[in-house]
Amino acid sequence: MEDMIFYDRLQFAFTITFHYIFPQLTMGLSLLIVYFKWKYLRNKIEKYNDSAKFFMKIFAINFTMGVVTGIPMEFQFGTNWAKFSELTGGIIGQTLAMEGMFSFFLESSFLALFIFGEKLMGQKLHLLTGFLVFLGSWASGWFILATNAWMQHPVGYEILENGKFVLENFSALFSNPWLLPAFLHNQLASVVTSSFVVASIGAFYILRNKQVEHGKLFLKTGVIFGLVSSILVAFPTGDWNAKNVAKHQPAAFAAMEGIFETEEAGAEIVLIGQPNMVEKKLDNKIAVPNILSFLTYQDWDKQIDGMDKFEKEELPDNVPALYYSYHIMVGLGTVFMGIMALAAFLLWRKKLYNIKPLLWTIMFLVPFPYIANLTGWYTAELGRQPYLVYGLLRTSDGISPTVSSGNTLFTLLGFVALYMLLGLLFLVLVGKTINEGPKSKLH
Amino acid sequence: MEIFWYISIAVVLTVFFILDGYDFGTGIIHLFFAKTEKDKEVIAKSAGLFWDSNEVWLVAAGGMLFMAFPTFYASVFSGFYLPLILVLWLIIFRAIGLELRSQFKFQMWKDIWDTSFGVSSLLLALFFGIALGNIVRGVNLGGFDNGISVHEGHYFFLPLWDGSFSPLSEHPGVIDWFTIIIGLIAVVTLAIHGANWIILKTNSSINTKLKGVIFKLNIVLAVLTVFSLVVWQVVNPNSLDNFGDKPYLLIFPLIYLSGLVGLFFIKKIKKDSHAFVLSSLLIVGGITSSLASLFPIILPSVNDTHEPLTIYNTAASEYGLSVAIYWGILGFLLILIYMIIQKRLMKGKVDNMDYGH
Repeated sequence: MEDMIFYDRLQFAFTITFHYIFPQLTMGLSLLIVYFKWKYLRNKIEKYNDSAKFFMKIFAINFTMGVVTGIPMEFQFGTNWAKFSELTGGIIGQTLAMEGMFSFFLESSFLALFIFGEKLMGQKLHLLTGFLVFLGSWASGWFILATNAWMQHPVGYEILENGKFVLENFSALFSNPWLLPAFLHNQLASVVTSSFVVASIGAFYILRNKQVEHGKLFLKTGVIFGLVSSILVAFPTGDWNAKNVAKHQPAAFAAMEGIFETEEAGAEIVLIGQPNMVEKKLDNKIAVPNILSFLTYQDWDKQIDGMDKFEKEELPDNVPALYYSYHIMVGLGTVFMGIMALAAFLLWRKKLYNIKPLLWTIMFLVPFPYIANLTGWYTAELGRQPYLVYGLLRTSDGISPTVSSGNTLFTLLGFVALYMLLGLLFLVLVGKTINEGPKSKLH
Repeated sequence: MEIFWYISIAVVLTVFFILDGYDFGTGIIHLFFAKTEKDKEVIAKSAGLFWDSNEVWLVAAGGMLFMAFPTFYASVFSGFYLPLILVLWLIIFRAIGLELRSQFKFQMWKDIWDTSFGVSSLLLALFFGIALGNIVRGVNLGGFDNGISVHEGHYFFLPLWDGSFSPLSEHPGVIDWFTIIIGLIAVVTLAIHGANWIILKTNSSINTKLKGVIFKLNIVLAVLTVFSLVVWQVVNPNSLDNFGDKPYLLIFPLIYLSGLVGLFFIKKIKKDSHAFVLSSLLIVGGITSSLASLFPIILPSVNDTHEPLTIYNTAASEYGLSVAIYWGILGFLLILIYMIIQKRLMKGKVDNMDYGH
């Protein structure tokens, strides 16, 4: 039983991590594509249109990867988490089915039209199709976050005697206080990733001295979008989410902040330290007193419950992983703000394109927003443990009753092998597209 | 309410098999009949331009099934664990085959991805047919053995096969001689459908030859159909009772029959789109007849201890199903609008369409 839960969780974690590499780019990138296309309609400068079309190619590759790795996510609810699906399908089935109907059809239909239809439709309609792709991909985020928000903070339900969750109030799923902050935070984080990708490709072209005009446009746009989104992702949206966790999941909050012992006169904020689960303390800790109480409650002396206040069964089962995920996300987010602020300042002073070390830094920064996005999701999901539906349905009660661990290990190994191949091919394709560049071909 | 969602999901699934069905069929034809590079390219393109928007229908069907019949979703997806995961892997191989073949110019690269596309299309068609065979045959609900149930009555787990390969065994596996026959029917049907799609959407040099292929495959299909009806009686003697009780259900087998008969005149049919409609009728008729023969059951039990799964004992709550009708209808209308726009803009042959790479 134990190893069964372990393999089920590992397979889900592995496949969702790989999957979320792609949508986190497409959601944010669609916004930038709409921006480029809109600018082109206003100023008629060809390089803006090239940029929109170039990034739609990158988008299309990522979209394909998102589709083929996304179908296994939907299937796994049934294959590996059958009991969870049976008990909660009446509720989260609503939001997942709506995702299929309202976002995938929109996204896939208009993506094809954007790519093939520019000449057929004319410029204004082309912008409109781009906008609809953006709308579809953000709607997808909305419905997934609505699903996740219900698991984090269940609302609008009733539990029957046989343990089934039954929908009692449909609109509550969308007015869930967990949803809006989580959605905004997630979408802005996606804009951070795509801005960094755009900026990084721009820096690459400038450094390589190839397609420099486009490179400068990419870098400029990426830096501006990147600065704005990396600020907004922390304040107000990240802050808002942290307050939600403190309010609704205090045990998770204590674990992710690394508070082992409750302090009466205000909680410190931990910057660095390694959780020592045997002695129940942080090793090599660097912390600033009272800041956490102030950030969370605007009260320097407010008491915040530490992990000592909770039963073991209520605490997340992997405190160190949760703690690290959260701190990596926050740490990287802070670095992003700093680098983008510097780059934006130099852009304003018209020096950015000549400062090589910064260009190199921006170019190689590209994996880190992905890591920040993923660790953000790990924080949410590890913090929800040991529950699937917070406080109501334990993770161990959600797995498929008939599937043996040998079968899950087999499929997990298969996914690992297949996704390594997919990842490799993805890099080849994206590399080829970047190498060909955005410049319109001369016929 | 259950019936509304049952029909909606059946419609979405059928649309999926008509649309993605032609890509599967295109892959099968590609594997066996495309010889020159020009044909290979244009045939792969006729699937490659559309597969992802077609596959959205599968995702939609999955989502709706999850919402409306969660118990069925949970039972079937965990019970058919291995075959479903294999289907996922095949879907991935097929997709990358289509997307990658024209990325590099050298022949070996193209051959690899062509094979990936063709073989996974063939296996997917076979697997989907086998899945349908499993649904009409039924499974050992509750894992019943010697008077003891090892699972709750609405759960089961199927091995890929059991030693006897017989549908009459107490624990039939996913693959037995009955489900293989249904699998072959699916392969032949989708090959015909794919060939019609190629004729409709391309100017490939094998279009004329394909009409002959369709004619021959149609003979095979007719034989297999009759044969499967006979063995179905052996597997499940009550399989046709529903049609006797409710004669109006006979419309579904008639749809199938009209497609089958019509396709014998393939060489005389002037408009290619008419032939495509006929093979679509095969798919519509085949799926709906199978579902109608079971209704309101959606998964029969091969033991007498546990009740079959029906649309009533697996459905979500009344409130959930009725509130979903509002957004469901809105969603269907929107999808219809997108499809009309897309079909108008992407009509005609694909030979000269820019692949976007």
